[in-house]
Amino acid sequence: MSDGETGDGDADDAAAVDPEAVRHVADLARIDLDDAEVERFTERFADVLAYFETLEEVPEVEGEADLANVMRPDEVRDSLSQEDALANAPETEDGYFKGPKVS
Amino acid sequence: MATDYNGYITTESIAGADDGPLAGTTVAVKDNISTEGVRTTCGSAMLDDYVSPYDATVVERLKAAGATIPGKTNMDEFGMGTTTETSAFGPTENPAAPGHVPGGSSGGSAAVVAAGDADMALGTDTGGSVRCPAAFCGVVGIKPTYGLVSRYGLVAYANSLEQIGPIAPTVEEAAELLEVIAGPDDADATTRDAREASAPDGETDESAYDYAAAADGDVEGLDIGVPTELVEGADPEVESVFWDAIADLEARGASYHEVDLESLRYAVEAYYVIAMSEASSNLARFDGVRYGQSGGYDGNWNETFARSREEGFGEEVKSRVLLGTYALSAGYHDKYYKQAQDARAWIKREFDEALSAADVLASPTMPVTPMPTGESLDDPLKMYLADANTTPVNLANLPAISVPAGETDEGLPVGLQLVGPAFGEKEIIRAGSALA
Repeated sequence: MSDGETGDGDADDAAAVDPEAVRHVADLARIDLDDAEVERFTERFADVLAYFETLEEVPEVEGEADLANVMRPDEVRDSLSQEDALANAPETEDGYFKGPKVS
Repeated sequence: MATDYNGYITTESIAGADDGPLAGTTVAVKDNISTEGVRTTCGSAMLDDYVSPYDATVVERLKAAGATIPGKTNMDEFGMGTTTETSAFGPTENPAAPGHVPGGSSGGSAAVVAAGDADMALGTDTGGSVRCPAAFCGVVGIKPTYGLVSRYGLVAYANSLEQIGPIAPTVEEAAELLEVIAGPDDADATTRDAREASAPDGETDESAYDYAAAADGDVEGLDIGVPTELVEGADPEVESVFWDAIADLEARGASYHEVDLESLRYAVEAYYVIAMSEASSNLARFDGVRYGQSGGYDGNWNETFARSREEGFGEEVKSRVLLGTYALSAGYHDKYYKQAQDARAWIKREFDEALSAADVLASPTMPVTPMPTGESLDDPLKMYLADANTTPVNLANLPAISVPAGETDEGLPVGLQLVGPAFGEKEIIRAGSALA
């Protein structure tokens, strides 16, 4: 959900943040914002993104990845019961999660 | 038992085994760590009525060790904050400095320990969230090496950075609690066995987990590196308490030298880019269908989720998810995320070099004293900058401890941070135990 196009993504741009950009990112992140929030976030994001600009001074660094695959046998194990897995769902039906009705 | 400083979100008691190293001991648990049958809110309205169907591995280990869990502690929403003021359940007050914040995000955990309402507590540390509240409340906190403690059952904020860690009145007690929760776990593939990880290749160190025994206060011959970047930016009164503590360690046979670690100047920026990016992905799961607050709306799924998330998340969480989404989006990934990963690799390398010429690295835990309640939320950037000394440690996957170093003239607690090599918990525990 966070790999969409911003539409105005130009890496050379200084972080230009306008209300439209905030609304667009909120749409990508599936978070509604009211107008007051859009206004506050526009100002706030300009400050924070301007601060992040200092990362441009960081040289390219080769990171040695200290990673190893962790494997296990593919064996059947106990897991949550269907009842437990559904217990926190706001709505369920016939043992399924129930999502919003598409009109 | 509720507290008048709002330390707990839930005060349902969970009994442990009759016997064990923690029998008769109460260990409070931060509310982003799953407890079977007891609600786990992460300080968020989104999870107001979420009851975990299983125990986190650390909770299983606490219970098996005989600990009683007296409740789930207050925290910044999903761990996102430095003051415990972003909690949907209201702020926690600092029992050691009334009128001031307890630090965050594990502010409730540090507060209940400082007030004596729990013997010890578990917090989680993504960019300083155990060490900051420990420092602000005048108690001890340990952020373990990445991979030492299982995170199975921890509600994720930024996986590549976070660890669960102990908070206690003394270094020895924190070390005892660390002994109980440390060790590999099949359910968390990022865990490693310290017996192998702390020994040369192919060898094992059977005493690797004997942390409490290392709290012997012996700092004779200890070589301390002091990164100037982490002292220069501190408030003068913090710096003065810090140097007094270093002098105290010197008087007991330690020595210090200053080191320049230029990369640390970029730690806060790199941390926030990486943490927000990971958060934007991790918090995508809260859609109000499987769990979490549902608006009960019908219609287009994406719009329905967006309305649930608008209602369920607080301002700081929304802000971080949106900034993370922005940083990962097409056109900006190289500018922010890739640069942050370069900074992370650089910091890791400079820390490794500094720790090859010193046993531990010391700095003030926080460059500032606890902020007065209500002053931080209006200026998020200022709050982020308070994490300057703690975030580099998470970026480098290293262990660190915060121990009480003293108080300012106004009586505000100041913490000293000691950073050690990967799986070098004993080094920082030994050094820290000379002070607390």
